[in-house]
Amino acid sequence: MLAFMIRRLLQSILVMFVVALISFLLFRFVGDPVNQMVGIETSLEEREALRERLGLNDAVLVQFMRFIGGAIQFDFGISYQFKRPVAAMIGERFPATLELSIMSAIFALFVGIPMGVYTGLKRDAFLSKLFLTVSLVGISLPTFLIGILLIFVFAVQLQVLPSFGRGEVVDLGFWSTGLLTATGLKALILPSITLGLFQMTLIMRLVRSEMLEVLRTDYIKFARARGLSKRAINFGHALKNTLIPVMTITGLQLGSVIAFAIITETVFSWPGMGLLFLQAVQNVDIPIMAAYLMLIGFLFVAINLIVDMLYVIVDPRIRVDSKQAM
Amino acid sequence: MKKKTIGSAILAAALAMGLSSASAETFKYAFQGTLKSLDPYSLNETFTLGFLGNVYEGLTTRDGELNIQPALAERWEVIEPTRWRFHLRKGVKFHNGNDFTADDVIFSANRVRSEGSDLKTRIAEDVVFEKVDDHTVDVVLSSPNPILHYEWDTWAILDKEWTEANDSVKVTSASDEAATKISLESNGTGPFKIISHDVGVSTTLEPNADWWNTAQHNLTRVEFTTIPSDATRVAALLSGELDMVYPVPVQDIQRVNDNATTTALTGPELRTIFLGFDQMRDELKYSNVKGKNPFKDVRVRQAFYKAIDIEAIKAKVMRGLSTPSAIMISPFLYSRSGEFDRMAHDPDGAKALLAEAGYADGFEVGMDCPNDRYVNDEAICQAVTAMLARVGVTVNLNAQPKAKYFAKVLASGGYDTSFFLLGWTPGSLDSWNVLANLESCRDEAGKGGAFNLGGYCNPKVDELKDMILGENDPAKRDDLIKQAFDITTSEVSHIPLHQQGLAWGISNSVELIQRADNQFMMYHVNKK
Repeated sequence: MLAFMIRRLLQSILVMFVVALISFLLFRFVGDPVNQMVGIETSLEEREALRERLGLNDAVLVQFMRFIGGAIQFDFGISYQFKRPVAAMIGERFPATLELSIMSAIFALFVGIPMGVYTGLKRDAFLSKLFLTVSLVGISLPTFLIGILLIFVFAVQLQVLPSFGRGEVVDLGFWSTGLLTATGLKALILPSITLGLFQMTLIMRLVRSEMLEVLRTDYIKFARARGLSKRAINFGHALKNTLIPVMTITGLQLGSVIAFAIITETVFSWPGMGLLFLQAVQNVDIPIMAAYLMLIGFLFVAINLIVDMLYVIVDPRIRVDSKQAM
Repeated sequence: MKKKTIGSAILAAALAMGLSSASAETFKYAFQGTLKSLDPYSLNETFTLGFLGNVYEGLTTRDGELNIQPALAERWEVIEPTRWRFHLRKGVKFHNGNDFTADDVIFSANRVRSEGSDLKTRIAEDVVFEKVDDHTVDVVLSSPNPILHYEWDTWAILDKEWTEANDSVKVTSASDEAATKISLESNGTGPFKIISHDVGVSTTLEPNADWWNTAQHNLTRVEFTTIPSDATRVAALLSGELDMVYPVPVQDIQRVNDNATTTALTGPELRTIFLGFDQMRDELKYSNVKGKNPFKDVRVRQAFYKAIDIEAIKAKVMRGLSTPSAIMISPFLYSRSGEFDRMAHDPDGAKALLAEAGYADGFEVGMDCPNDRYVNDEAICQAVTAMLARVGVTVNLNAQPKAKYFAKVLASGGYDTSFFLLGWTPGSLDSWNVLANLESCRDEAGKGGAFNLGGYCNPKVDELKDMILGENDPAKRDDLIKQAFDITTSEVSHIPLHQQGLAWGISNSVELIQRADNQFMMYHVNKK
């Protein structure tokens, strides 16, 4: 067991190293950062001096080692555009992204599960067919289009919800939250729906097929035979058993929700990490890009590591296999 | 789709009334880019300079028509051709209450020329500042320079005491270990104070009650937000959440004007968009013509000029929002620009010229173009490509993001281009800047006209440029400028295309002044 965990941990470190290497190599092709840091009239000597001071003239390997050395200590340097420490900037933006991701996950669960149960129970109802058709939209339309449509309807036409930003936020010192003010909550609605629509569709379809499966099993038939109420059978017995895969999927999807918040954040000018990253790409702000990619890499690695370890605990067969492998 | 239901219109009216009674003078606006640093010397870029121009002030300022006006200097005089005397305004205080004196000017003059400053062009290195008394400063030059103070409206005067006390004497640079105080906080003399600054997201300002000048605005609070996405920015204006947004993409101008509560303000910007040719290499890097450079032949350059239908670009690509131009500087900035005319669109003449130059069957050339820098830049290049195809020239267009584009075509990339599109706004709002940067000879490393990407070279123009710099008499100076532009225009050093348009979207409840240099001044805003 211990050996398995150590092995997985070493693999994770290797993955992080490869992420760092690949992203670092990619930065060689995004353009020249110095041109984005100065005005157009800045002289060539000035530009060259700045390049020298930033260490951009050093060999790639030297730059990479310097980057790794800093990254180990969570020091990602100073942002080229904002001239502030990157770690602090990511820290400031992280709450916005996490709140948005969690709200969209809650939206996906609390809308997706009931819709899934309904479509599973009443397969031929008109509403079920409507849900399934509408859910296709969630999968097939690109996120930015859904966001712009929602803005057009709810912000421009009806003028009931804001089209950009987080509203008023309360600063708790280590965390800035939009959950404590009315404008903050209103501002969360459209971005959460935009970001969570795909996950909602996924969960709804998952619950539906699981429900169909479970309802055919013997213990449900037996429960019916015992004369239990429909409500107790459907929600007490059937639904409970469909939720295990839903939990797994939701956990795994949380990583991608955070990573793919980039588009939603851009459309709604949501001041999270994704927006910061996109602006960094446009301005060749390498320190921010590097820190963001490392963070997202870390998030995925960590989630996978936890899931792997949970499997070992839950499933005895993996433990046996790992013993034999030694 | 555009028609609103009566219900939503009433709701909008109710919301608007509710808002106006609660916060009549809060002005909210958005721009596409971010305010990168509050240190006024760390980036020479229109938006940053314009924004900080509401907080800091220079010795001079520019009014809504861009005329130079006194600001922190009450008046100035040229005592000798190389000695200027500036009389500083008395009784001016910085936001923290410190007095503004000659020491602050001398401190700022040193700091703006120190390492890491991006505004070194404001004052030449050999210029000496001498303190005469607390409110008089002499500026001693090594040679006469009539445009000494042309860029001083964006040279912010800092408080020596505050800057030193806060460890901010060194200009904030990306190679620093940590952020300096001056990049996060401000202490100017200007009409607005920064109350809060959320880096890269939003900034809040309040008027400076102790400002030395009479406020022309009626605002009590200003909230600035960055909204990078065009569609969202326009939506935020249409929905009434914001009072002003800029820029408005050309395709949305109609929509903003059709909306009952908003208007698009448009006008020509100072930036000239132009095409340039590599005239330096003996063989073009990107062409099927080997052994010689067709662009060294003035007939080929003229043929390219004649092939371009600028009115079509204006009507189709720019949707009317551009002003075709005949010289490399905005007509707004040069008094005698009316004496120049564009070469007429004449595809047959172009073909004839090409044939005369020995390219009857045309040739192939690669073109570099940015796709996120100027208004519809890539679309302009595509139109040019199509127009040149009609005279037999095949253009292989390479349009890419500005980060990649500038890395390729500027000196740092070795001027790696054969044919390109570029835009230029002279920082000093004066022709000398254009001649020095775009029209003077350069060597391969970029010494000389560093942004003369094509390497056009005529020693006569260089000579005129130097004479213009030292000429104090305005009429004679304009005449020299005319001579220089006559040469570059007849030799087609570049093909000027147009002044791109400015487009700001404003709510009908505000009045403001749109400056042609695209700097937005909050002190010109009034809310009804």
